[in-house]
Amino acid sequence: MEDAKKLEAFEAKINSGVKIEPKDWMPEAYRKQLVRMMSQHAHSEIVGMLPEGNWITRAPNLRRKAILLAKVQDEGGHGLYLYSAAETLGVDRTELLEQLHTGKAKYSSIFNYPTLTWADIGAIGWLVDGAAIMNQTALARGSYGPYSRAMVRICKEESFHNRQGYEIMMQLAQGTPEQKAMAQDALNRWWWPAVMMLGPSDDNSPNSEQLMRWKVKMESNDAIRERFIDRTVPQAEFIGLTVPDKDLKFDEETGHYTHGKINWDEFFDVIKGNGPCNAKRLKDRIDADKNGKWVREAAVAYAAKRVKEKEIA
Amino acid sequence: MNLQQAKFEYLLRLGDSSLIIGHRLSEWCGHGPILEEDLAMINIALDFVGNTSELLKYAGQLEDKGRDEDELAYMRDEREFRNLLITEQPNGDFAFTIARQFLFDTYMFFLYEGLKASKDETIAAIAAKSHKEITYHLRHTSEWMYRLGDGTAESHDRLQSAVNDLWMFTAELFDMDEVDALLIKEGVAPDLNNIKTEWETRVNEVFAKATLQLPTTTFKQKGSREGKHTEHLGFLLAEMQYLHRAYPGAKW
Repeated sequence: MEDAKKLEAFEAKINSGVKIEPKDWMPEAYRKQLVRMMSQHAHSEIVGMLPEGNWITRAPNLRRKAILLAKVQDEGGHGLYLYSAAETLGVDRTELLEQLHTGKAKYSSIFNYPTLTWADIGAIGWLVDGAAIMNQTALARGSYGPYSRAMVRICKEESFHNRQGYEIMMQLAQGTPEQKAMAQDALNRWWWPAVMMLGPSDDNSPNSEQLMRWKVKMESNDAIRERFIDRTVPQAEFIGLTVPDKDLKFDEETGHYTHGKINWDEFFDVIKGNGPCNAKRLKDRIDADKNGKWVREAAVAYAAKRVKEKEIA
Repeated sequence: MNLQQAKFEYLLRLGDSSLIIGHRLSEWCGHGPILEEDLAMINIALDFVGNTSELLKYAGQLEDKGRDEDELAYMRDEREFRNLLITEQPNGDFAFTIARQFLFDTYMFFLYEGLKASKDETIAAIAAKSHKEITYHLRHTSEWMYRLGDGTAESHDRLQSAVNDLWMFTAELFDMDEVDALLIKEGVAPDLNNIKTEWETRVNEVFAKATLQLPTTTFKQKGSREGKHTEHLGFLLAEMQYLHRAYPGAKW
């Protein structure tokens, strides 16, 4: 009875647009789902540093190198921010990382694809960050205070990355024939993974009704996907690149694009661990953690000695 | 050698050292021991890239042969690079990276402090901006020297061994030739003998606090002033320059 009253108050709060804060009462299902989403998001940010970091040492000029360094730093910062936001729900970062390393927690499927050329850095900023923004601007209106505020800030930086990525593609598309081919090849390889990263289509996406009511999820995957495609197709056309979907059509009646069939088998396969880079990404993260263990232990030991000194003094 | 040529050479020394050590730090991206440190290393690398751009841009202007900062960074070969040997040494473990960075940051801190008073206004302005950044870098690396040196037995041993291995590259930090002589005379650059004293004092202080022994290595490897590098630089440049060189004249 007590819980039913609390639940009623909780839902009333959400309905009136008041944010839920860490110390407020919340249903366990709400807390669990948020931890799942926020940690998955945080993991995506730090795993995402790997494919982009792959090109820092080979960036074609100093300006691009500086921009890429700053971008990857932003992504890591988002990770840090999101781990902290998740900690407000009572799980600590070590625990969340443990879940990443054991495969219990997921990260965005998109980062299991390799960055093979410089144009991939443009494609990630333009398409991957572009798709992420569509999702995250919606989440910024979500009901959990720390997460929604994190989203507001993250979206600002992602918009910047999105423009930088598009600018890389534009420069390539206007460049030499080899550069244009590089840009088209990157679009060919990243288009479908970017379309898929917004998640399974609605008829195949469980758990939505309650989460929508609680404003944990704000929009359906398909609605977000439609917005991403509507926004991105004209951008590709503008720089003279072709979206690799022969069935893509603009529907005058609805004012939206209709797209070809999505290869969901590939998506679920990558989620399951069978993407081109799953093993490598996870190994890199696990190795970093393992190789850093003695460093973290040293920092703890050093701090403990300082505490002891203070006690004696 | 006239003043302009000496400045050009000197700017290559400064710019190349920043470029190469920034490159090494950026190799840590995504592989750091803890997320905060991952971010710190990329951030410091970013400062070095910014510093490199300013220095090499000015070098190109003084040279007046139409080379910009990218041409200088991406189109010179190994023997034309003037970075200090310590900056090109591979990352090793985190202790090695921290030791390398601390020894170099300390040098850069005092050197740029001196350069802030340069009679060349552009150099003085670049130094003033960079010195603020270096102050943070040095604080950061000094703190890690304490943590690792006075942390666990393992971290202490790793750091001591890193310092021992790097020591042979520290002597050339203070090497001076006719470029330095001319620039000191003209008030453009500080006397490295003074920097050396300050560097030694600071290094001794930090080593003592970090419970490290001063290495007894007597062999001193030098050569960067004449572009005689260790074998590592060639591979670093091959990676760094490949894309730029593979598409001559392309804009990115």
